[in-house]
Amino acid sequence: MFKNIDTSELAKRIRLHAINMTMLGGSSHVGSVLSMADILAVLYGKILKINPKDSNWKDRDKFILSKGHAGAGVYAVLAELGFFPVDLLKNHYKNGSIFSGHVSHRGVPGVELSTGSLGHGLGVACGLAYASKLDRKEKKVYVLLSDGECDEGSNWEAILFSSHHKLKNLVAIVDYNKIQSLASVEETLNLEPFVEKWEAFGWKVIDIDGHNHQEIEKALMVNSEKPKCIICNTIKGKGVSFMENNVLWHYRSPKGEEYERAVKELNNA
Amino acid sequence: MRDAFIEELTDIAAEDPNLILITGDLGFGVFDDFSKNFPNQFLNVGVAEQNMTMVAAGMAMEGKKVFTYSIGNFPTLRCLEQIRNDICYHDLNVTIVSIGGGFSYGQLGMSHHATEDLSIMRALPNLLVTAPSSILEVKRLTQELYESSCPSYLRLDKSHAKGPKKASSIQLGKALKIREGKDLTIISCGGILHEAIKAADLLEKEGFDLRILSMHTIKPLDHYSIDEAVKETGGIITLEENNILGGLGSAVAEYCLTSNQIPNFFHRIGIKDEYSSVVGDQNFLRDYYKLGSFEIVRAIKSLLQK
Repeated sequence: MFKNIDTSELAKRIRLHAINMTMLGGSSHVGSVLSMADILAVLYGKILKINPKDSNWKDRDKFILSKGHAGAGVYAVLAELGFFPVDLLKNHYKNGSIFSGHVSHRGVPGVELSTGSLGHGLGVACGLAYASKLDRKEKKVYVLLSDGECDEGSNWEAILFSSHHKLKNLVAIVDYNKIQSLASVEETLNLEPFVEKWEAFGWKVIDIDGHNHQEIEKALMVNSEKPKCIICNTIKGKGVSFMENNVLWHYRSPKGEEYERAVKELNNA
Repeated sequence: MRDAFIEELTDIAAEDPNLILITGDLGFGVFDDFSKNFPNQFLNVGVAEQNMTMVAAGMAMEGKKVFTYSIGNFPTLRCLEQIRNDICYHDLNVTIVSIGGGFSYGQLGMSHHATEDLSIMRALPNLLVTAPSSILEVKRLTQELYESSCPSYLRLDKSHAKGPKKASSIQLGKALKIREGKDLTIISCGGILHEAIKAADLLEKEGFDLRILSMHTIKPLDHYSIDEAVKETGGIITLEENNILGGLGSAVAEYCLTSNQIPNFFHRIGIKDEYSSVVGDQNFLRDYYKLGSFEIVRAIKSLLQK
């Protein structure tokens, strides 16, 4: 856990890195990073027991980004917290780089699991949490999913497993920005009633504003005897007015004037 | 083979509390002793092979040595991407075990025939691929895969061939010479090697002297034994209860051609790129799809008498 971290400042820096990285590399998914920046800032800034000087510390908490397409956000927060130099972020998406568009652990201290194909993170998190439970360890496992990702059946296998085995050391966070790859979640494959679905599967569910740092921290601190799901209601592209709630920014990377405007808006926020 | 695997795994579990066995709700009665004696080392995840494989990956990341178990294609093809991304890319200590290689579950039909797994699993980087032929090979490879700490695949079969008397001759990554011979070498894996022995016995009466290798480790392939076979016997026949595309025969052919160890004659016996739809037990289906000793004898005679 880090002391004296200003999570608002950290979230802003994650967003600025995301704009820079997607501009420099010409990569997609900036909207997906902006959507989850506040969640990452609170999680990494206030909650996770991790050590940038010893990324393999055996008693650390584990964080898995299951929505691996937003990997730029994880690289950014890890760099900001000192897992590797911030300067390296400029290599994101570049030929010969270790920072692939979808998050990869190879050569990147602090990344626990490489993802990109959706529906893998929660099941692996179940294995981590189950093993820690067997070993009577205190460490916790956090996994961040996208809403569109919840279409994948493999998640629902893992959701059943978690409650059956009472994995109270497991926390799933859903970045519920309600926009997926081509259209809205509602139009594509409706998840509602979403809270009730998780509850029916035996989870403790907390429904919050995923951009309110106090709400995020409070929800993460809630104790539960069940696995816990925090549904974070978010805005895709949050923080840059012309990216907000616009499916275009699932794919488009900011260029020229768009880039300048995005940076200005984030700096003035 | 299944009982030999469980026996060996039970012995290992008694010594190592980090050994974990996960089943996808299959193995009725088979795990009773294991689960009774080692309740914390046994997990039935239900009929959910994707989750079984992801859970195995997560547990291996926490230092467990995990075996996943199911039948036919369920622990392999059903969760192929989890094996690729979660286990192999992260280089985790997970052994995937399938009981029911080839036509083991003959009458159950096509869904239960594991006839492409060797080809597909072989194509995954970082994965050791094994298909033991005899009971002793099962035991030895179970131990060696556990010790290897690599991602690995163990294909078990209902049938088995007669193997060596001593386990010490069995080594992961090293072909096992089942029979010495100088006229030609049959390279096989899995229980179907029994058909090669039958064919060699029949041909011996007609004066043919055949070498048989159990290539129980398909990946990494034992190049040295192939070199030796080419030099000393001149010809190679491969035999597998798997699609002819991409499996053992392909692996041997690829090696021979790229290393310039070209045999005088070369022939592959396997399933001819088709799905089985005829009902029958394992022996019936082997004959029906021309993998049995009769076919081997016919092929060898035709090659050697040319």
